[in-house]
Amino acid sequence: MTAPVPAITVKALTMAYGSFVLQRDLNFTIEQGDIFVIMGGSGCGKSTLLRHMIGLKPPASGSVWYGKENFWELPSEDRDRIVRTAGVLYQSGALWSSMTLAENVALPLLHYTDLPAGVIGELVAFKLSLVGLAGFEEFYPAQLSGGMRKRAALARAIALDPDFLFFDEPSAGLDPISARNLDDLIMELRESLGATVVIVTHELASIYAIATNSVFLDSDSKTMLATGNPSTLLRECTNATVLNFLTRGTGKREVRTI
Amino acid sequence: MAQQPDLTIQSPQPGHLVVSLNGSWTLHTNPPLPAALLAQLDDSVHHLAFACGGLEDWDTRLLIFLRTVLTAARKRHIEIDLTSLPPGTQRLLALSEAVPEKATYTQTARDFLVTRIGRGAIALYAQILEVAAFTGEIILAFFALLSGKSPFSARDFFYFVQACGAESLPIVTLISVLVGVILSFVGAVQLQMFGAQIYVANLVGLGMVLEMGALMSGIIIAGRIGAAYAAQLGTMQVNEEIDALRTMGISPVGFLVLPRMLALMLMLPLLCIYADMMGILGGSFIGVTMLDLSLVEYLEQTRKTLHLSQCGQGLLKSAVFGVLIGYAGCLRGMQCGRSALAVGEATTSAVVTSIVLIVVSDSIITFIINM
Repeated sequence: MTAPVPAITVKALTMAYGSFVLQRDLNFTIEQGDIFVIMGGSGCGKSTLLRHMIGLKPPASGSVWYGKENFWELPSEDRDRIVRTAGVLYQSGALWSSMTLAENVALPLLHYTDLPAGVIGELVAFKLSLVGLAGFEEFYPAQLSGGMRKRAALARAIALDPDFLFFDEPSAGLDPISARNLDDLIMELRESLGATVVIVTHELASIYAIATNSVFLDSDSKTMLATGNPSTLLRECTNATVLNFLTRGTGKREVRTI
Repeated sequence: MAQQPDLTIQSPQPGHLVVSLNGSWTLHTNPPLPAALLAQLDDSVHHLAFACGGLEDWDTRLLIFLRTVLTAARKRHIEIDLTSLPPGTQRLLALSEAVPEKATYTQTARDFLVTRIGRGAIALYAQILEVAAFTGEIILAFFALLSGKSPFSARDFFYFVQACGAESLPIVTLISVLVGVILSFVGAVQLQMFGAQIYVANLVGLGMVLEMGALMSGIIIAGRIGAAYAAQLGTMQVNEEIDALRTMGISPVGFLVLPRMLALMLMLPLLCIYADMMGILGGSFIGVTMLDLSLVEYLEQTRKTLHLSQCGQGLLKSAVFGVLIGYAGCLRGMQCGRSALAVGEATTSAVVTSIVLIVVSDSIITFIINM
C-alpha cells in the first residue's frame, strides 16, 4: 500500500506579485528520475514557479512538497538542507565573475564538505572535464564564450552531486548544435547521477527530445492547462492553446522528429 | 549509517589485480586514497579489474579515485576491465574523457619585470589616448547640443538635477552645519584668549565661503553622485546598453554623459551657496551659545567681512568641481569592463579620482587667484 512518494509535489500553488496574480491552482507531481518540463508562453510565470520550487520566493498560497516534507513550512535550517540537494543552472549562467571557473565550482564543495584541498581540486577538474571544459580551471567567466559559460555553470550546479537539477532556459542563447549537446549532457548526467531534472523552457525541440513529464502554464487563464508527457499531450490533448503551443501555431499533430 | 568505504586488492593469478570496492564512496564519507593501489601497479601487473559487489553508494568521489587509477594504469599499458563497475560510472568516465574544448584562449604567463614595465607603459599611453578621446567627445557633444543636434533628453537632465540638487540637501545641511560648528569652535578657543570672540564670525564666514562650502559639498557629491554615475554607466556597459546606443548612431556621450555633467555643473554652485549659509548658521550657533554674542551682532560682523568677489571665488570653484566630478564619474563608468567586479572598481575609482581632482584643482585655483 505504500506507493512511492513523488520527489516533488506542488499543491494548490498560487503565484502573485503583490495583488497581481500570475498563476493559481497549480497541482502536479514530479516523480523520482523524471525530466520535468515547465512550459508556456513568455511571461506566464515559468521562472517564478521555479523560484518557488528552489526556495528563492515563498508562494502566495499553496505548498511545495519535497518527498513528505512541506518545503515552505519547514524551519530555515531544514530548507537549507533540501536546497543543498538541488543544483540550479540560471538563465544567464550566474557564474561569480570575480572568481575563476575552478573557484566557482569549488565554492559549494568548500562550504558543505570538509574534504582536503587536493581532493576538491580533483573533483573540480573532473566536473569541468564532464562538461568538456578540462584545462579551463584558471579562466574567468568573462574570458569564455556564452556556451562555455553555460556549461561551466552546469559544472557548478552538479558540484555537490545533487538529487535535483533545476534549469532555467538552459538552451537560451545557444546555437542549435550547442543546445542539442547541452540536452545530451543533461540526459547523460540524469542517467548517471540518477537525479530528478526540472527544466523551464519553450524550446520545442528540447521538450520532445528529453521530457518525460511536463506542465503547461497559460497566461490568459492564469492557471495550468495540461500536465503529462509532451509527446502524449501532442497526440491526445484537446485544449486549443496547448496544441497551438506544441505545434508552433500550425495545429497539425505530426510527431516531430529531431 | 552508511558502511565505511574501503578497498581490498587481490591477485587471483600472477599479473592480474582485482580491486574490490566496498561501502559507500561519497563526498561525505572518507574513502581511501589511491596511493596504496598505485603502489601495487608495478611492471608485473598486466590486467586490472574491479569487483563492486560490496559497493553501496557512489558519487563523484569514486569517479576521481577511478580516474587517478585509470590514468596511472594506462601509462603502464595495463589492460583494464571496467565492465563490473556500475554503468553510471562507466558513462561518466567516458564523458569526462571526451574530446575537451580546444583551448583557443591562452593563459597569460607571468612576465619578466622589464616586459611588465613595457606593457604598463603601453597601457598607460593607451589610457591617455582614451581619456583624450573621451574629453574630445564631450566637447563635440557640447557643441552639438548648442547647435541643437544632440540626442540630449530634457527629462533625464531634470531627473539628474533633482538627484544631485534637491535630494542632496539633507546630507549637505548636516555636514555644512557641523563644519561651521567645528570652525567656530576651533577659532573660539584661540580668539577668546584675546577677547576677540567677535572675529569668530570672520573666521567662519571666510572659511566657509572661500573654501569649505565648495570643498565639502564637492566631496559629498563625489561620494553620492559621482559614484552613482560610474555604477550606472558601468552597469549599462555590462548589459551592452552603451553598445546598443552606438550602433543606433546615438552618441552615448551626448545622450548619457552630457546631461549628467551639466546637471552637476549647475547644481553644485547652488549647493555651495546653500552649504555656505548652513556653515555660517552653524558658526552663529556656537557664537550665540558659547561666546555670548547676539545673533544680529554675529551676522552683521559676517556681512561686513564678506565681499561678493569672495562668494564668486567659492562659486567658481564649485562649478569646476561639478565638471570634474561628472567627468571622473562618467569616464570611469564608460571605461568599465564587463563584469560585476569591474563595476565595483569603476565606482571606487570614480570617487578617488574625483576627490584627487577636487583637491588639486582647488589648490591651483586658490594659488592663481591669490597671486
